[in-house]
Amino acid sequence: MSKKRILISGNEAIAAGAIHAGCNFYAGYPITPQNELIAYMAKHMPLSSPPGVFIQAESELAAISMVYGAAACGSRAMTSSSSPGVSLKQEGISYISGAQLPAVIVNIMRGGPGLGNIAPAQSDYFQATRGGGHGDYHLIVLAPASVQEAYDLTQKSFYLADKYRIAVMILGDGILGQMMEPINLFTQKNNTHILKPWALTGCKGRKPNIVKSFFLREGALEKFNLKLQKNYELIRRKEACYEGLFLEDARIILVAYGTMARIAKSAVSQLRLLGKKVGLIRPISLWPFPEKAFQSRSKKVKYLVVEMSYGQMLEDVKLAVSALAQVAFLCRSGGGITSEEEIIKKVKKIL
Amino acid sequence: MEKIFARPEALLDISTHYCPGCGHGIAHRLIAEVVDELGIREKTIGIAPVGCAVVAYDYWNFDCSEAAHGRALAVATAIKRVRPQNIVFTYQGDGDLAAIGTNETIHAANRGENLTVVFINNAVYGMTGGQMAPTTLLGQKTSTTINGRSRQMHGYPLKISEMLALLPGVHYIERVSFHNPQGVLRARQAIKQGFKNQIDNLGFSMVEILSPCPTYWGLSPKESLEWIREVMQKEFPLGMIK
Repeated sequence: MSKKRILISGNEAIAAGAIHAGCNFYAGYPITPQNELIAYMAKHMPLSSPPGVFIQAESELAAISMVYGAAACGSRAMTSSSSPGVSLKQEGISYISGAQLPAVIVNIMRGGPGLGNIAPAQSDYFQATRGGGHGDYHLIVLAPASVQEAYDLTQKSFYLADKYRIAVMILGDGILGQMMEPINLFTQKNNTHILKPWALTGCKGRKPNIVKSFFLREGALEKFNLKLQKNYELIRRKEACYEGLFLEDARIILVAYGTMARIAKSAVSQLRLLGKKVGLIRPISLWPFPEKAFQSRSKKVKYLVVEMSYGQMLEDVKLAVSALAQVAFLCRSGGGITSEEEIIKKVKKIL
Repeated sequence: MEKIFARPEALLDISTHYCPGCGHGIAHRLIAEVVDELGIREKTIGIAPVGCAVVAYDYWNFDCSEAAHGRALAVATAIKRVRPQNIVFTYQGDGDLAAIGTNETIHAANRGENLTVVFINNAVYGMTGGQMAPTTLLGQKTSTTINGRSRQMHGYPLKISEMLALLPGVHYIERVSFHNPQGVLRARQAIKQGFKNQIDNLGFSMVEILSPCPTYWGLSPKESLEWIREVMQKEFPLGMIK
């Protein structure tokens, strides 16, 4: 296990994490603010041993379909983009989900809707956590809040993708993608090789394998969907994760993920210095949403959800607390980011 | 008694869902025969389109994948890149290859991907009920060109094979036709050439087949073959394009 420590941007850390997790296929299309990722892959994929495949695709539609093809052959495959590009990828993500292919998709979010801008945002939360494309499916969605965590979770995402035959999304934003932090490089222990007897390799010595999402016969699609739902239920039970801070005595708990959680964490520290009983829940998995973090708490606890979107994660928090507790909300979006001061002001107001 | 004609091993013994007089069954069989003849069944990976041939994998006896409508050549590109030891081909209709998938088609060809493409041109969308295809002829009536395709309203039939032939990455393109048994035999040779080119690492190869769709041409199977010869081949001349 390497213990090398390097200074690297979030985008590059995701790319490095992918390569260290054995990603051997990447296809992408340039879009800001994730261009460091595609450039890193172009440079480093051919240097892997054995060399990985890097393709700059003609479009996001093609890139995600290439990921579909590589994943169908059992490769560890990834694509990355930012919000408008991820909208285009939804076609392929739905097909990948329907064909139960493991794949990793990175969305370094920017402001929307439409072309929006290139400033950080978290407004693709619904798209990421509700499926995004057509059909009844989910991705596992992981939201790193630091460059180290971006590296770690990317490695984990390949393992989860293989384990559950599911697409995993790394959901970050422009700040996380662009900022540089020191990280420790390592190969994750749980990064085990998972056999893929369903993969397309040529039918030598076995019956042909078919990778498909088309179930025309009456009842077949419903049956298949129930199988998918069973898998999602298992993932809900096993893979929800979050970071909790000062939850034991907190009277008000901030809820934030990714970059916003870092700012919220600073606000919590400041408020604690002032003697305020404030805590933080930082969902790391956005799907499955860590509902347990909200349950079995006193009904007197209040929540303040802070996000760079107009009330998307807010819905999951409300669902998790089952409307028993007061859930306040604070947000900015379209490139605006709620500041530490605004959070502190809001918390003081609620208290 | 000596057996001189049999079902190819690469073709399963299953009745197809195709309409009477449709060309897909012939094309499926020719591919299966060629795959057997070249001894590549155990390393072939086929990509089925979205369209009438969406369940082509139900009839072939080798590994296959579906692709989203039009994306077959993006899927095939990745498969061939990660498994260059396999033989990878796409099977696509005119809507799939030359309308919704034009971008993927042009760029896979331009990259010179070492792939084989079997392109079924029947000048109409069959699966969805007979709408205008990019290859629908001027004057041809479809459910979305009820007075016939007009160049003012709908533009011209798209000659994608001629377009692709301009690209340096393309090694081989031939247009063949199922209008008679000789045409079918020529198609078989062309398909075999397409697969041999891939085995020899020569790059992008495509065989365009003018194939009958009696149902949505509103013709009998026999009339359909005549229409291919007398009308369709004038717009889409046969022969080696590259």
